[in-house]
Amino acid sequence: MTDTRSPHGPTMNAAGAPDVADLLASAPASAEVLDRLHRKLEESAAREGVLDIAYTTIDTPVGSLLLAATERGLVRVAYHIEDYDRVLDTLATKLSPRILRAPRRLDTAVREVEQYFAGRRTAFDLPLDFSLSSGFRQLVQRHLSQIAYGHTESYKDVAVTVGNPKAIRAVGTACATNPLPVVVPCHRVLRTDGTLGGYVGGLAAKTTLLNLESAA
Amino acid sequence: MGTKKPFESIVTEHASTVLRVCRAVVGVHDAEDAWAETFLAAMRAYPDLPSDANVEAWLVRIAHRKAIDIVRSERRRAVPVDEVPEGPSSLGIPDTDEQELWQAVKSLPPKQRRAVAYHYVAGLPYAEIAALLGGSADAARRAASDGITKLRSIYADAVAEGESR
Repeated sequence: MTDTRSPHGPTMNAAGAPDVADLLASAPASAEVLDRLHRKLEESAAREGVLDIAYTTIDTPVGSLLLAATERGLVRVAYHIEDYDRVLDTLATKLSPRILRAPRRLDTAVREVEQYFAGRRTAFDLPLDFSLSSGFRQLVQRHLSQIAYGHTESYKDVAVTVGNPKAIRAVGTACATNPLPVVVPCHRVLRTDGTLGGYVGGLAAKTTLLNLESAA
Repeated sequence: MGTKKPFESIVTEHASTVLRVCRAVVGVHDAEDAWAETFLAAMRAYPDLPSDANVEAWLVRIAHRKAIDIVRSERRRAVPVDEVPEGPSSLGIPDTDEQELWQAVKSLPPKQRRAVAYHYVAGLPYAEIAALLGGSADAARRAASDGITKLRSIYADAVAEGESR
């Protein structure tokens, strides 16, 4: 929020002062005060158990990422191209509208993601909340974390591993709807011929992640 | 419930207005506490708010109740003490945005002060203000109008005095 105060803003009265009614309707609060109040709300909401979803954003080599967590664990990682407003709206509708930008809960996740991009971390040690997916998709997504850093599997391999060798297309859908990209490594799944297949963050991001892992 | 915005966007949109309402009703010093309690209570109740509700009016109703609580507990706390604590206050310096304005609002009688806050700050219709303050919509309109008239003269004096200092 910006300070919109202006010496020539509101209507002036005879004494040269702005009119009281205008001031009441628009007297600004400083950004500093509003930031402080926001932080206070983040803390009290978390303490009182009403902060159902906390989120933050970070800059990475694959662009800005949004990280969101419930009290149970990391629930969503989103690429900027997914449109953060839409991502948050979906979280509000599917899980809970009690959502705040509250970086504190994401401290560990942020640190681990930063270490990963710095090439200093090959596996994530974070509680994950898979409540945005269900059934076969969730089964596939849970399996993805077992594909080791620097390794890849084909959509077909994954289908076999989860016990449904014919469900190659469904595995593709499960990867495409992975609510936790980067952390749950759907980028390690390729086509049988070794070509990239698709990626929620765009193919350039998928390439960046694979290169990062093969260079390490 | 249907589609509901993330609470973060409710805070972004209404933080400033609710803070002005709190400053007008309980004064600059207690305004931040009133604001914090208002938004915490609002966040708790938010999932049950009908999706077509007027969010700002809802927040103002909560702020109104929180302000009453704060004024009450203030009165309870205001017991005479044997020893006056010395040293600097730990409360910090209230920020100085439009200090004179809120000081002037504070000098209005409670009913006028609230009517002014809810009408001129929050833009609530008089019928809704009457529901909060008791009495008729006409009485709320009179209280707001008397309040703003008085406020204009107090504020003009305060500004003039500030300039002549």
